Amino acid sequence: MHTDTEVAIHARGLTKSFGGTRVLAGVDLAVPTGSLLALLGPNGSGKTTTVRILTTLLAADSGTATVAGHDVAREPVAVRRAIGLTAQQATVDDLLTGRENLELFSGLYHVGRREARRRTAELLDRFGLGDAADRRVSTYSGGMRRRLDLAASMVAAPRILFLDEPTTGLDPRSRAELWTVIRELLASGTTILLTTQYLEEADQLAARIAVINGGRIVAEDAPDVLKRQIGSERLTLRLSSAADLSHAGAVLSAGGDGGLHLDAGRCELTLALQDPDHLRRALDLLHGAAIAVERVELRTPTLDDVFFELTAAA
Amino acid sequence: MSTAIATTAGDLRRLAGRALRHEARTPDALMVNIALPVIIMLLFVYVFGGAITTGSSGLAYVDFVVPAVLLMAGGYGAALTAVSISREMTGGMIDRFRTLPISGWVVPAGFVVASVVRSVVATAIALAVAIALGFRPSASLAEGALVLVLVFGYVLAVSAVAALWGLFVRSTQAAEAFSFMVIFFPYVSDGVVPAETMPGPLRGFAEHQPTTPIVEALRALLLDQPMGNAGWLSAIWLTAAVLISVPIAAVLFRRRTVR
Ligand SMILES: Nc1ncnc2c1ncn2[C@@H]1O[C@H](COP(=O)(O)OP(=O)(O)O)[C@@H](O)[C@H]1O
Ligand SMILES: [Mg+2]
Repeated sequence: MHTDTEVAIHARGLTKSFGGTRVLAGVDLAVPTGSLLALLGPNGSGKTTTVRILTTLLAADSGTATVAGHDVAREPVAVRRAIGLTAQQATVDDLLTGRENLELFSGLYHVGRREARRRTAELLDRFGLGDAADRRVSTYSGGMRRRLDLAASMVAAPRILFLDEPTTGLDPRSRAELWTVIRELLASGTTILLTTQYLEEADQLAARIAVINGGRIVAEDAPDVLKRQIGSERLTLRLSSAADLSHAGAVLSAGGDGGLHLDAGRCELTLALQDPDHLRRALDLLHGAAIAVERVELRTPTLDDVFFELTAAA
Repeated sequence: MSTAIATTAGDLRRLAGRALRHEARTPDALMVNIALPVIIMLLFVYVFGGAITTGSSGLAYVDFVVPAVLLMAGGYGAALTAVSISREMTGGMIDRFRTLPISGWVVPAGFVVASVVRSVVATAIALAVAIALGFRPSASLAEGALVLVLVFGYVLAVSAVAALWGLFVRSTQAAEAFSFMVIFFPYVSDGVVPAETMPGPLRGFAEHQPTTPIVEALRALLLDQPMGNAGWLSAIWLTAAVLISVPIAAVLFRRRTVR
């Protein structure tokens, strides 16, 4: 059992329904102080709902959660003092400039005009927005807007930060820039709960990954452990007929390949490679059985593969 | 306690300042706020003015119609508060504000304060145009101050009811409908054509709806017309509108933000 000083964010059995539809079915989470937990899940799996409950914006139907040692339902004000939130939907003002946004939020934290100016300048600099500071946010690129949103969450220098899909919709370069900023925040001791749909992002940033599906945490572990469970690369083979497909499935299963995924519609077969030599072994088996392969594709695992793997195992 | 009040007042000022900045940076909203009072005034005086007689009051039409146009000019902009608030509640900003250490109701209240400022200015523009068109108020300094109080009360009341409406409806389109209701009221008052010329049921409505006593009170103050009980009726209507809509708006705001 953790104490509250070790665990910055702690959720136990959170449930939530909207109009009879169960969206969270008992979510348990623990984020150790100073670390980053990635909440990985597809669209509609309950990530935003979880974040909204933990940031006091929404009440859970049952279950409890503490953030910075304060109960989110009973002490929302104390929780708000300790946290910053970058919501999935943009929460900066398009009609104001970047500087005006940050000065407004600093002002609303009641830090005093001079201090607000100083912090604003510092944050603009730190998040690479110095040159765009006096332009309206409506002229910003997606990446700049995200960074401003993040800077706005850091105005009161919170110890705990919630980032809800911070890089969704960003181009690869902006995503990499944002990752750098997130790593810096982590290095300076901030505890971060980040939600994402990208396995790669979780892998890049997180000490631990919690996989959420259908409002339930279906796995939680260190990225390496999860990746080992999920397998490394995915091999997809296109075959010429349905008969070949089922034959190939039988041959590979007999050869010891578990976790095969057959897609009859596309006449494709997918398996997780355990090691580089696995590819040769699989092709040899098919060659031996005189099964012609039309197309070979290798790719890194995606969220879909994670779910296939985890739900097949359960 | 007094520092808490000072803090809240500071928050209100910041958020009202933000809302006013929005105004200044949205060219169409700015246009509407400046051009609309001018256009309505020109329309009434030059287009309708020749065809309308002012009945038993014996006033020139420009004099007769100015009070109602002042209410249209101020009321239309004030009614748009419903749109700003509705937009804020359905966008993402409200979540950011709710995680800040401020009282949530300051957010809609900021729009109301901005609306009052902007609507008083719009009314002043309309008055300036009226004077350019030959409107000659005979108000003393004290009467002028009362006119200001009345205009202020009117735009505050409209803004407060608009805030309620903006928190009640779930779409921006529905929020926009409020402006039409507000601009409709002065038309069917004693302000544009004398109520005595209207058919029975309409006349009954015109004589008892809130903008009629306000128009009459403005007329009395600006043009030395008899006040009658129009002043008291106006005060009662406006105070009631504010006192009733503020708590309901607060409840609606909580309903929108809790759960
Ligand atoms: N306020 C709401 N009312 C009704 N349904 C909602 C509401 N918020 C979220 N949902 C539903 O709950 C499910 C989970 O949503 P969400 O937590 O936003 O998922 P994610 O962030 O993982 O995409 C979705 O099916 C969504 O449609
Ligand atoms: Mg989401």
